[in-house]
Amino acid sequence: MTTVLDIKDLEVTFPTLEGRVQAVRGVNLTLEPGRIRGVVGESGSGKTVTMLAALGLLPSTAEVTGSVRYKGRELLGLPPSELRKVRGSGIAMIFQDPRTSLNPVHTIGHQIVEGIRIHHPEVHRKEALKRAVELLALVGIPQPDKRARDYPHQFSGGMCQRVMVAMAVANDPDVLVADEPTTALDVTIQAQILDLLRDIRREKGVAIVIISHDLGVVAGLADEVSVMYAGRVVERGTVDDVYAQARHPYTRGLLSSVPRLTDTHRAPLTSIGGGAPSLLALPKGCAFHPRCSHERPNCRVDDPRLRRVGPVEAACHYAEEMGPVGAVQ
Amino acid sequence: MSEAILEVRDLVKEFSVRGGGKVHAVSGVSFDLHEGETLGLVGESGCGKSTTARCVLRLIEPTSGEVVFRGRDVLKLGRKELRKLRADLQIVFQDPYASLNPRMQVWSIVAEPLIVHGMATKEARARANELLELVRLRPEHANRYPHEFSSGQRQRIGVARALALEPDVLVLDEPVSALDVSIQAGVLNLLEELRGRLNLAYLFIAHDLSVVRHISDRVAVMYLGKVVEIGTRDDIYNHPAMPYTQALLSSVPVPDPPVERKRKRIVLQGDLPSPADPPSGCRFRTRCWKAQDICAEEEPALIDRGQGHPAACHFAEELQVVP
Repeated sequence: MTTVLDIKDLEVTFPTLEGRVQAVRGVNLTLEPGRIRGVVGESGSGKTVTMLAALGLLPSTAEVTGSVRYKGRELLGLPPSELRKVRGSGIAMIFQDPRTSLNPVHTIGHQIVEGIRIHHPEVHRKEALKRAVELLALVGIPQPDKRARDYPHQFSGGMCQRVMVAMAVANDPDVLVADEPTTALDVTIQAQILDLLRDIRREKGVAIVIISHDLGVVAGLADEVSVMYAGRVVERGTVDDVYAQARHPYTRGLLSSVPRLTDTHRAPLTSIGGGAPSLLALPKGCAFHPRCSHERPNCRVDDPRLRRVGPVEAACHYAEEMGPVGAVQ
Repeated sequence: MSEAILEVRDLVKEFSVRGGGKVHAVSGVSFDLHEGETLGLVGESGCGKSTTARCVLRLIEPTSGEVVFRGRDVLKLGRKELRKLRADLQIVFQDPYASLNPRMQVWSIVAEPLIVHGMATKEARARANELLELVRLRPEHANRYPHEFSSGQRQRIGVARALALEPDVLVLDEPVSALDVSIQAGVLNLLEELRGRLNLAYLFIAHDLSVVRHISDRVAVMYLGKVVEIGTRDDIYNHPAMPYTQALLSSVPVPDPPVERKRKRIVLQGDLPSPADPPSGCRFRTRCWKAQDICAEEEPALIDRGQGHPAACHFAEELQVVP
């Protein structure tokens, strides 16, 4: 299968007054056409920075190395004008907070038209507006022709996120990057947006990267999942394999620390001790070792690489020794 | 069941808005909290759960209703008596960054309620150290400032401060929703342990239904300023009778891919109506798939219609939605 997005050995460093922040440390991530990849991890794990770096959306102070190929074409180092052509038409992104992503002083219709005409200046304004109304209908906005004349403040949070999706798919991109698209929304509205993303994938064949801290959201939406910790992918595989047969202690810890809707007993949750490490001074060896219950002397020295263990890939020296998930500790 | 320590009756809070009109944030909420139990109060943004909590503590003044704590009506207390009462009724806030004064050392944050209630500083300081130990923080760190702690540790500081006066009831307003999951688990375990050890009763406010199921004995579901269903944890999660509760539960994603793909969801149409202009009759009717004429005309009472627990729906019917 051809790869539509191929991120290789991506490293992102931010020089700061306190030192160099290693936000992303050698991330590999691929996306096949029409597939959905979940990227999960906690705050500061580098999931958002990875995607922002791939799209050239980081401030110029960020040092980015590695390779990001979109349909075989290298994006890193591309001049801004060329990159702008890819963003929006080839790869589109939606963000966590739909309200801050929309311009409050322009109508919704105007903003979608703008997005269309930036990439297709030959399209007449009237025609673009007609297309904008169709897009609003596609994402399930009632009375789209009327609503296109409304301003963002006249929309609810869920409706704003629908508008963002409409805008993102306006130029038929091959890739949609959705960064925590439902985190700011209520759970009943989240269900609507997740349904919409599934429909968009089915109808438009767009491949999606969904960044989320919510293991449940990714479980229901994604085909594959990459788990990130301290700027690195520590485990990846199909969602079914990773959720059922995780081999990395961090993934396992994450899975057993979430309370589940289906839990009937009230046993204490398994928490992961300590907190996420400082990206200014990462632990030597495996970055997870200070919090790991399986930690052994060589974990403090040798940094484990991602390797195949059973059905998944995991970056842990002792991945083979992990039993079934749920039997941790 | 043990006796009710806190009784809330017909609590109403209306906020006036510019240009006239009122926002009906809480519209006649009633519930009991029993000694040593955890009552989960769930609902989506704007349902009035936090306003309810704040009214119970009189951090904002309710418009009408009754809040009876150990037989005394909290809403009728004078300032001095109210302060005394607050020793028994404490709150932990959602945001561990905003709720701790960044310029105070941790010991003095935790000791402040004690000093306010008349304890000598030296004694209060020693007690603060004990409290920090109680929430699993090192007393050696008592001289540090909030920014030197992680979010989970800060939330523990908030809990230590709330426990300083040895309250009977703790109101927890979204205490873990700002935390990462691996950190959240530790705080939930701590709360559970403290409740058992100190025989506390919790009013646990959250939007995360999985967290609420984990921690609660009983659960009240709120929608647009009203309690629409209330019962034991088993009643609400395994035998929900009110359509809104059913939709809410069926929307919560579960971290189990095969289950999640197969699951049938009730996806609600539309958005929450404005609390400034709530629908007539049943407030959920505008999004409900069971709505009939009667729903617009007559508000359904919160009563047991044969499901074993109260649900505010004319057509209450049990439905299994949790996989």
